[in-house]
Amino acid sequence: MGLREKILTKSLWVYHISAGSCNNCDIEILDCLTPRFDIERFGMQLIGSIRQADVLLVTGAMNKKSLGRLKILYEQAPKPCLVVAVGSCATSQHMFRPSYALEDALDKIIPVDLYIAGCPPKPEAIIAGIVKLINKVNKL
Amino acid sequence: MSKKKIVPIGPYHPLQEEPEFFKLIVEGEKVNELEIEIGYNHRGIEKLSETKHWDQVTFLVERICGICSTSHPFAYVLAVEDLLGITPPPRANYIRMIIDELQRLHSHLLWLGLVGHFIGYNTVWMWAWKAREPILDIFELVSGNRNNYAMMKIGGVRRDIKDDDLLALKKVIKQLYGELKLFQKAIEDDPVIHKRTKDVGILSKEEAISFGAVGPTARASGVDIDVRRDDVYANYDKVNWSVVTLTDGDIYAKVIVRILEMFESCSIIEQCMERLPKGEIALEIIEIPQGEGIGRVEAPRGECFHYVRSDGTNRPVRHKIRAPSYVNVPTNLVSVPGYTISDAAIILAAVDPCYCCTERSVAFSKEGRKILRGEELIKLCQQKTFKLKESYDNR
Repeated sequence: MGLREKILTKSLWVYHISAGSCNNCDIEILDCLTPRFDIERFGMQLIGSIRQADVLLVTGAMNKKSLGRLKILYEQAPKPCLVVAVGSCATSQHMFRPSYALEDALDKIIPVDLYIAGCPPKPEAIIAGIVKLINKVNKL
Repeated sequence: MSKKKIVPIGPYHPLQEEPEFFKLIVEGEKVNELEIEIGYNHRGIEKLSETKHWDQVTFLVERICGICSTSHPFAYVLAVEDLLGITPPPRANYIRMIIDELQRLHSHLLWLGLVGHFIGYNTVWMWAWKAREPILDIFELVSGNRNNYAMMKIGGVRRDIKDDDLLALKKVIKQLYGELKLFQKAIEDDPVIHKRTKDVGILSKEEAISFGAVGPTARASGVDIDVRRDDVYANYDKVNWSVVTLTDGDIYAKVIVRILEMFESCSIIEQCMERLPKGEIALEIIEIPQGEGIGRVEAPRGECFHYVRSDGTNRPVRHKIRAPSYVNVPTNLVSVPGYTISDAAIILAAVDPCYCCTERSVAFSKEGRKILRGEELIKLCQQKTFKLKESYDNR
């Protein structure tokens, strides 16, 4: 494990992109920050700028309009950057797959490190996923 | 004369959970004009609905919007029941009302928290969302999921509420009364919140009517409109409740309207639990004949309208959806100009915008900013089918 990875897992700063989602996953992500779950205890924080992000949380089924924006945002993110797909839409496009407004699934556009399934995943599931991600980086 | 300056908000902005793009055209700090650009959430649900079975569509419309995930299926099943000419059993109607009002509570609390966050009162955010958690627990107890409940079914409800769950619900509502009173007092007493919200983002009654605003946005401007009373569905005529209206039209009025509405919702839920009869929870539907039907439901943000047309097959021929934010979001065009940039964020949030509901058939091509409509969309749709077909043929 290099120094960069070691520092990366200390306190994850998260940037959240909603690419054509129904809002549920976005609410559950915000829910992780509120008193019952409170992941800020572990140094995780939602931040406003992609340039400071360690983790890119992507929700939604990837429609054509947000696709271009997502590519730009991924290019702007400092590497190494971990990408997490939250919810069934981001992982598999769910029931929206036949729609004309969608193109490729998320993992065909940018590399994805972690998939959290569920419609929407519970906050516990999101936290468990992030823990697995940290363990994965630590083992590198 | 100073030059025209543009301040962009979005599409991915830390203030917003959903992607939407606002262009504030400013002079100094004052906002002169506003341009709204949406479409980052468009998934083509109306078209998808034509490819799914009648029963599957309830699950699809549930995923239009995560916050009003009962209102859309509710309006859809009402539309199909209108087509069939049936009324669900009384127990099913009461269960539908309980779930719908619980959803209104959770949606308003969520919005209250976000408003607190927008004006820099993170304590309000944390407290409101903490008060919201017990409601989500009830949802999980009743339906097994915190956010997409899948309770609605054509002809009734999909699952019953057990007596034990009712006891838990009673406890939660009792506790919620206290918390709501605390919020109401906190907001009525705080001079800083008054300064930030009073006389800011005023939407007059005439403007609200001319934009066709619905729900709490209209009711805060003095327009007395509520589908639950005006076009009664379920058993809303059998319980005692009143429509909350205020006349100021500013953000403070919008906050207070929603808080008072939450008290009404609590009272409706309590009355429903008292009157909940025993019996069937769903009718058996064998086939859906030719015809058309409409369903209207008062979602937390206003009137939600669904129209379905059937040709006797197992799929709807046409499914039209009109979500409340579709008419509420454009009211920002008159309520934002004239205020400072720092007020713009809170005014934009005050209508409780839900862009997932609002997204229309607007698709942007890759090269430029061309808007595709109607025929071009159908062409795109056909191309996608061909593409999929090819990939299947190649297997």
